[in-house]
This record gives sequence, C-alpha cells and structure tokens, in this order.
Amino acid sequence: MADSQAMKKALWGPVLDNNPIGLQVLGICSALAVTGSMQKALIMTIAVVLVCAFSNLFISMIRNQIPNAVRIIVQMAVIASLVIVVDQVLKAFAYEMSKELSVYIALIITNCIVMGRAEAYAMKEPPLMSFIDGIGNGIGYGAMLMAVAFFRELFSKGSLFDIEILPLVQNGGWYQGNGLLILPFSSFFVIGLIIWAVREYKPEQVEKD
Amino acid sequence: MEHYLSLFIKVVFVENMALSFFLGMCTFLAVSKKVSTAIGLGVAVIFVLAIAVPVNQIIYHAILAPNALGEGIDLSFLSYITYIGVIAALVQIVEMVLDKYMPALYNALGVFLPLITVNCAIFGAVAFMVQRNYTLGESVVFGIGSGVGWTLAIVLLAAVREKLKYSDIPNGLKGLGITFITSGLMALGFQSFGGISL
Repeated sequence: MADSQAMKKALWGPVLDNNPIGLQVLGICSALAVTGSMQKALIMTIAVVLVCAFSNLFISMIRNQIPNAVRIIVQMAVIASLVIVVDQVLKAFAYEMSKELSVYIALIITNCIVMGRAEAYAMKEPPLMSFIDGIGNGIGYGAMLMAVAFFRELFSKGSLFDIEILPLVQNGGWYQGNGLLILPFSSFFVIGLIIWAVREYKPEQVEKD
Repeated sequence: MEHYLSLFIKVVFVENMALSFFLGMCTFLAVSKKVSTAIGLGVAVIFVLAIAVPVNQIIYHAILAPNALGEGIDLSFLSYITYIGVIAALVQIVEMVLDKYMPALYNALGVFLPLITVNCAIFGAVAFMVQRNYTLGESVVFGIGSGVGWTLAIVLLAAVREKLKYSDIPNGLKGLGITFITSGLMALGFQSFGGISL
C-alpha cells in the first residue's frame, strides 16, 4: 500500500507541476477542438478522467501478463473498449450532448494522454497508484481545457456555461465579441499564453536548450 | 490521373492534417525541435498512413459496411476498434523494423514512435476516408497526401524552431510557449489556402 504522501503527489502533481498539456505535450488535438464553450470542455474532462483512470487501472492489473512486443495493441484494445462504453452511456443519458460531442468522444481513443500514461506509468506501477495517476492526469488535462474554454467563451461570446456575462452588441449590450477566438486555431495562442503565465510562476519548468 | 493529382494537392495544402484539422498535434509540437528528427518521423507517418488508409478501406467495404457480409448484417459499430487495431499492428511493425535497421532514428523518436498509434492524424485520415467514401485508388492517394502534408507542416515548424534558438524570447515563453504561438501563426497562414477550390 502506497503512503498517502505519494498518492497526493500523483493526484495533484499533474495539475500545475507536471501538466499533461503544458509540460508533457500530450493530448493537444482535443484541447484545440472542444474548447469553444465551457460546457463541452466540462463533459470532455469528465470523460477523459474516467477513461484515463480506468485504463490505467486495468492495464496496470495485467501489466505482467502483457508481452512487450504486442503491448500497444493490448493497451489500445482496453482504451477503445472503455471509450465505446463512455460513448454508449452518453448516448443513453445525455443524448443532446453526445450528438454535439460524438466525434470528440471517439477521438479520446487517440488522445495521447490516455495512451501516454498507460505506456509511461501503468506498465510499471501497481494498480492503485496507476488509478490515482490516471485521475490526476485527467484533472490536469481538464484544468487546462477549462482555462482555455473560459477565455475563449468569455471573450468571443461573452458568456460562461451559456450564461451571459458580458452583454453582446448584437443583443443590445456593449461588448463586441472577438471573432478570432471562435476559430479553433485561436486556442494555440491562448494555450501559449497560459503556458507563459505558468512558467513565470514556476520558473523551474522553463526548458533549457 | 488529373483527379488523383488534384486530390493530392488538396490534401497537402488546402486540407492540411496538422494545420487545418489540428490532427496529430502532440507529436507535431513535441518532435519538432530538429529538422532531421522531424523528417524521420514524417517519413514514418507517411509510411503508416499510406498502408493504414487503403487497408482500412478494404476492411470497411468488405466486412464492416452495412450489408457487406450479408443482408441485414451491420458491423459498423466495430469500426473504431478495428481501425485502431490495424494501425497499432502497423506501428508495431514499423517500430521493429526501425529498431533493427535504423537504431539512431529509433532512439531519437523514443516514446513518440509508439505514440504514432494514437497520432490523431492517422486515425483522423482513416475516419475521413470512410466518411467521404473514397475508392481504393483515392484512398491510396489520400493516405500518402495527408502524410506528405503533415510532414511538410512538421518540417516547416522544425525549421522555424531551429532559427528561433537565436532570438531573444522572454524566459517563460521559451520552448513550448513560443512553439504554440508559432504554430498558431502557421495555421493562420494555411487558412489562406482555404479559398482555393480544385
């Protein structure tokens, strides 16, 4: 049984100290695509936390039985099955949301965070720690996603979770929405600036060439 | 012939995998420090795409498509897990070949070689191929073209990053931060190809 100190580190470490997007460079594709609104980002975060945690758990449980040469296929089979489960659950209980997200939910299969953690952590560590590591990395990914979505939704549509914060000019308010932030590639700039801010706060993350 | 050529140009420039659809971003950002590594990875991606797209095209139309195996049999719900299985097997083969014949490149690519499996560019290309109903010939051209487009983007970014080493960047923005901004500007540039219709 791992001590609680190490568990705490595995859970909260990925949020700021070792963020999957900001430092490990994993899972960028979906970060660019689903950050147009807070609601989408939240559903995506929950889905990724669940898939990442359980795939780490299952892969860690069978890690000693997986032959090295076919490990990728085994990992993909576990992850793809979990994603199909999440997809089916969403279709059953939140149909509207699943219609909006369906492509991105399927793309969790190819989200490198899940695969990257399975390869880098779950293949070596015992199940409980891997499970917590999965939750932690999912939360770290979600934190970045929510931060980007916050800026993009607030400054392009003037709302958060579809609740109006800054009244738009079109609706008789005073705020002129920023059209650039609706386009997906604007999240490149937002993520870049967030990374800058985090690294000013934590200078040890700056890369040395 | 003309049809295939215009499809190729369209996939490389107008519908660039990395800069228009934001697919394959993780490796795109992480392995673009040096032009030589970027070219190596690019070649591996072209290779995997050139095989994976046509193979999945055959499998989809022979087995998974509705009514392919027999009247009323629809296996298309298995499509994702099948695609990823084919891709994973291919990547494993590429990994073994590289390990045996090009150990320097194998070590340089590190963990990003197994990650080609989850490179969304490959999964995305396969999904697009099914969605757009390409024939076998078209899917070969599409696979190679999207690989070339992705390689073009990563090599360009790597070249920019090699030059960036000599510029005076604020400390916190060095490395990943400026890379994000650079690729954002590149994506903005590639948007201008969007107006071209072939």
